[in-house]
Amino acid sequence: MIKGYIIAQTELCKGCELCIDACPQESLRLSPNLNKKGYRYVELYKDNCTGCTNCGIICPDSVITVYRENKKKKKQAEA
Amino acid sequence: MENNENVRLMKGNEAMAEAAIRAGMDAYFGYPITPQSEVLEYLTAEIPKRHGIVLQAESEVAAINMIYGAAGAGARVMTSSSSPGFSLMQEGISYIASAQLPCLLVNVNRGGPGLGTIQPSQGDYFQATKGGGHGDYHMYVLAPASVQEMADHVFEGFRIAEKYRLPAMILSDGALGQMMEKVILPEEGSLPKETPEWGTTGKPKTRERNIITSLFIQPEKMEEINLGLQRKYQALRSEIKFEEYCLDDAEYILTAYGLAARISKKAVDILREQGIKAGLFRPITVYPFPSEQLEHHAVHARFILDVEMNAGQMVEDVRLAVNGETPVYFKGRMGGMIPTPAEIVEAVMTKINVLEESLV
Amino acid sequence: MEEIFDPVCIDKEAIDSMDVVYDKTPLLTDAPMHYCPGCGHGIAHKMLMEVIAEMGIQEQTIGVAPVGCSVFAYHYMDVDMQEAAHGRACAVATGIKRVRPDKFVFTYQGDGDLAAIGTAETIHAVNRGENILVLFINNAIYGMTGGQMAPTSLQNQVTSTSPYGRDTKFTGAPLKMTELVAHLPGAYYVTRQAVNNVNSVRRLKKAIRTALEYQKDNNGTCFIEVISNCPSGYRMTPLQSMRWIEENMFSVFPLGDIKVPGKGGAVS
Repeated sequence: MIKGYIIAQTELCKGCELCIDACPQESLRLSPNLNKKGYRYVELYKDNCTGCTNCGIICPDSVITVYRENKKKKKQAEA
Repeated sequence: MENNENVRLMKGNEAMAEAAIRAGMDAYFGYPITPQSEVLEYLTAEIPKRHGIVLQAESEVAAINMIYGAAGAGARVMTSSSSPGFSLMQEGISYIASAQLPCLLVNVNRGGPGLGTIQPSQGDYFQATKGGGHGDYHMYVLAPASVQEMADHVFEGFRIAEKYRLPAMILSDGALGQMMEKVILPEEGSLPKETPEWGTTGKPKTRERNIITSLFIQPEKMEEINLGLQRKYQALRSEIKFEEYCLDDAEYILTAYGLAARISKKAVDILREQGIKAGLFRPITVYPFPSEQLEHHAVHARFILDVEMNAGQMVEDVRLAVNGETPVYFKGRMGGMIPTPAEIVEAVMTKINVLEESLV
Repeated sequence: MEEIFDPVCIDKEAIDSMDVVYDKTPLLTDAPMHYCPGCGHGIAHKMLMEVIAEMGIQEQTIGVAPVGCSVFAYHYMDVDMQEAAHGRACAVATGIKRVRPDKFVFTYQGDGDLAAIGTAETIHAVNRGENILVLFINNAIYGMTGGQMAPTSLQNQVTSTSPYGRDTKFTGAPLKMTELVAHLPGAYYVTRQAVNNVNSVRRLKKAIRTALEYQKDNNGTCFIEVISNCPSGYRMTPLQSMRWIEENMFSVFPLGDIKVPGKGGAVS
């Protein structure tokens, strides 16, 4: 399974949930914690992200950076 | 007779259009309206053979906003219209003043209010000098009294507009626009021009993006903008222009601008022939108004008679300037009617008689 | 409450062996957007800026933002921009393009701006075939002023100025500006897209790219309507608002290309 990951700028997230709806793996949720603006921000809460970038594309505030495993780099790291 | 290429016999409207081309105007956006459609007609005929852009818009509202865009992109731009057209442009002019965009606006004033008439009038004085749009703003307003001045004021208008970054207006009227007179046209290309660095010309890596806006949502910032505008209008006082005719020993002063001033000058001559020491003070910039210069003469005058082709608008500025030093009377014609020299002479004589009787 | 599941902790090395495959475009500034949570404006801004970045034309692009929620677009779009009076963006863009014909010029307008007060400017700019991109965000409501009825509001749509539902016999029917302008010979490429889901957003980006490529050929106006949402105006959650535009707007404002060069379209 391709491994993917997301990092969200939690202070800029407005908890609109569009990314959660767009995620085919349902690996996103709103955190029980609040950011300074009082929004529950998005977070990855399962390890089944594939790095498909849906969440990044749909996010109106461009807060999500999406990572995807690079086979070569992973081999070098393990070697 | 000089057969110099620059000397012509031209209509005021066409002299302005020719001067605009010679001033290196980049673009003109306008709309047909009597009595100034010749400006657009002349430009659509000449510009394709010369340089620049001329585009007829779908309305004066669109035209003034095309001016906003082109000026904001750093171009030298002009439009012309007449009274009702200028009412449609007021919102755009307020935006242009607030965004501090240089442009030249020509109002060939016609009789109003409403659809009015196509005869000459000075009924737009308040709109031009007090600001017809919303908010505290002004334009630099030149009031020509001849075809020669209509051509000269195009160069002066562009120069001042670009030097101070504000809309400049030529406040003319239907007669000046339509009549033909000898005119010595300014030299082509004699008005320096450079693209301002604040224009929206596409953001290179070497600078921050340029933003042309009149929106300042924080009141502190909006007040700062306003204070800047007021400083600008104060600085403009150094660009005041006026004409003094037979004022050295004048006992009775006529104040008038544009066409009314030409007629008043004739009245002064007639009065002088009758031994009456009359003189004329003619504002050439009606904004900023030459208040100090007028007040300087007012102290010597027994009274002032303000002559206009409206119900009395500049007379208020005259009274403010004179500040009670001497009585200020008013003689006006409205609706496109033009006062005659004889009428003005009679008005002066009536006032003199009233004054004489009061002294007996 | 679903049971608390501690989020996948960041495994530093794992990240090092990964590539960044999606990130915020550098052509969007760092200014946090004032738009309401889940508002389609942010998505449309992003697609436009991503295309400008990918085409490498930041230095030749000039944008016009009018009055509406997107009046502050110039805080977010890192290109030279002008703010136009309500409804006048197409006239301002005409002025810019005429004196800067070699630049890419776009307007970014809402439905009130383009289809109400700016109708004449829009139609005449397209009729002249102004070589600009008109990006028309249609969410069938006046967002900035608090959710009033727009010319594109639907029959029976409740807004703050049609509290009993829009009565089209009294206030007119949803105005289809895109079909209207498609009939004008000056319209070169006319399409209607949306931001309701990722596929639509990807198609929107493709349309913007197509339009800006066409602008190089100077063949006329490219006009992209974007059906968008307004959670606050509709008094809905962001997700509900996206479902609402799918279930109600798409039938009145069908998506897809309306006029494509060479393929005829609404009118040849």
